[in-house]
Amino acid sequence: MDVLSNLALGFGVALTLKNLAYCFLGVFLGTLIGVLPGVGPLVTIAMLLPITFGLDPVSSLIMLAGIFYGAQYGGSTTAILVNMPGEVSSAVTAIDGYQMARQGRAGPALATAAIASFTAGIISTLLVAFFGPLVGKWALEFGAAEYFSLMLMGLVFSAVLAHGDLVKSLAMVVTGLMLGIVGTDVTSGLPRFSFGMAELLDGVGFTVVAVGLFAVAEIVQNLARTDKVEVFTKDVKNLMPTWADLKAITGPTMRGTALGSFFGALPGITASVAAFSAYMLEKKIAKDPSRFGHGAIEGVAAPEAANNAAAQTHFIPTLTLGIPATAVMALVLGALTMQGIQPGPAVMTTKPELFWGLVASMLVGNVLLLLLNLPLVGVWARLTQVPYRFLFPAILVFASVGNYSLNNSAVDVYLCAVVGVLGYVFAKLDCQPAPLILGYVLGPMLEENLRRALLMAEGSFTVFVTRPISLVFLLASALLLVAMVVPSLRKGRARVAGESEGD
Amino acid sequence: MKTALAANRDFLAGLLFIAIGAGGFAVALSYPFGSVQQMGPGFFPRSLGVILAGFGVVTMIRGLRSGERVQGEWGWFPLVALSAAMVAFGWLMEHVGLVPSVAVLTVTSAYAGREFRWGEAALLAVAMSLLAVAIFIWGLGLPYELFAFDFGR
Repeated sequence: MDVLSNLALGFGVALTLKNLAYCFLGVFLGTLIGVLPGVGPLVTIAMLLPITFGLDPVSSLIMLAGIFYGAQYGGSTTAILVNMPGEVSSAVTAIDGYQMARQGRAGPALATAAIASFTAGIISTLLVAFFGPLVGKWALEFGAAEYFSLMLMGLVFSAVLAHGDLVKSLAMVVTGLMLGIVGTDVTSGLPRFSFGMAELLDGVGFTVVAVGLFAVAEIVQNLARTDKVEVFTKDVKNLMPTWADLKAITGPTMRGTALGSFFGALPGITASVAAFSAYMLEKKIAKDPSRFGHGAIEGVAAPEAANNAAAQTHFIPTLTLGIPATAVMALVLGALTMQGIQPGPAVMTTKPELFWGLVASMLVGNVLLLLLNLPLVGVWARLTQVPYRFLFPAILVFASVGNYSLNNSAVDVYLCAVVGVLGYVFAKLDCQPAPLILGYVLGPMLEENLRRALLMAEGSFTVFVTRPISLVFLLASALLLVAMVVPSLRKGRARVAGESEGD
Repeated sequence: MKTALAANRDFLAGLLFIAIGAGGFAVALSYPFGSVQQMGPGFFPRSLGVILAGFGVVTMIRGLRSGERVQGEWGWFPLVALSAAMVAFGWLMEHVGLVPSVAVLTVTSAYAGREFRWGEAALLAVAMSLLAVAIFIWGLGLPYELFAFDFGR
């Protein structure tokens, strides 16, 4: 079997003492930082990114992946114990997980999260191993038009599936695209939006945007908030779920894994969407839906499985197409590019040890995660008690030193402050940051492929609809847009009708 | 329902989008537009500017219709304090070295919080400086001076 021999190659890479150590370090640091309240995977990776710069590409990718799913898992622990998840995808877990903790069942809730994540992680990694190469082979046929349409679809997906208003989310995508323009134009060599600053010729750094938008803006929001959060840690003793619990979570875990794996492979769909749909599915098929929201164990297992499955399958589009599915993947991609590796269909053949080493290390990493989490859950639980007034200055220090170290320049820190202010204003106006960051990441690639496609088609836009694969991507995005717009139009009309009746 | 424009959430959001779109369009006017077949560097930014401003107008009109307000208070004080802390850090890094910069960043940002105490902030500043030195200088080998006095640049 082809996959088996490739996996063997991967394990050969992942099981070297060095890479095993980096995998462990990544998972450990990821969990350690991710478990802190209010710190999501994106901020965790952005803060820890400088640490991986000195490593060789394979080791740094393995460590980054470890940090990522470590942080993802840490976020779930926080979501269950403190009702203050660091990121949106854990927010779904918090709904029932936190209620379980309040009922004194924090232990089983944490164990459920661990077991569901582990199962989903292993299954979805195997899916990556089987489908990654297929997608890679398929993508070899992609031309500029296909890439453009695929990225457009990713952007539309991210806007449609973001919480909140569609028009504002689309506007955020475009804002992100404009932010991505900053820097030297590849084709003409002309600096754009750089305002004469040499530091802007390479564009606004990714960690600058990520930290500003997610860490700084988030901290200000938390500081401006007045309500208190309760923390449950005393109850984390009898960790093991009962047999009844295990039986109850099997179905939800498998369904969550399936949904998560599917959504994770589509660009633009974040783990939070996967987690949310898995939760809704369980609620829909449950015999007694009213238990949800009051500590239903299925409500912890399904989103956790979906979350983690999506986290692994995100690597399919990222590594095989070179298109990051989410902001976190964009960071990973950026790190690879800095290492001199251009992810895309060619990576699979030119650098098999990178792809298969990562796949194998994800299997190893999930085992490490389980080993690290089940016995140490008490320690992690205590970490969630660190008061926020110590945490946020620390986050800011690491983020700022990290940003400064990117180019050894203060300009990156200044820019980060500016992005932070902008991010806070956007957040207050209910404009979602996720579509912006995806637009910012995909912007340069989108422009380049648009240019190339139109150049080859001699300026005719029909190229996007005459090529079948491209057409499918465009139709899928149009369909989703229509599906979103039509009900709200109907609702609007109903409201207008209702108002006129009331007069 | 009447909402003051300054508190109208979507009116403000629309205004912001229009400003960014128009600003981007105006700056991009100096870049060659090219043609559809041979897109110049001005093509993409100008098109985006128009699209963004369009979304902005739609958002603004919807805001005027719905009158939805901005939720909660604006946290201007923490926002200004944190931004100031970061700007100060960046500037200090180039003049006085890592340790004082981290200390200033820690104390200034801690000051933005609700439960600020001088003693605690000072302890935190010491701890953060040690940690930053341990991780970034000793661990990662970044070439920063711990203390410096360099205002010549």
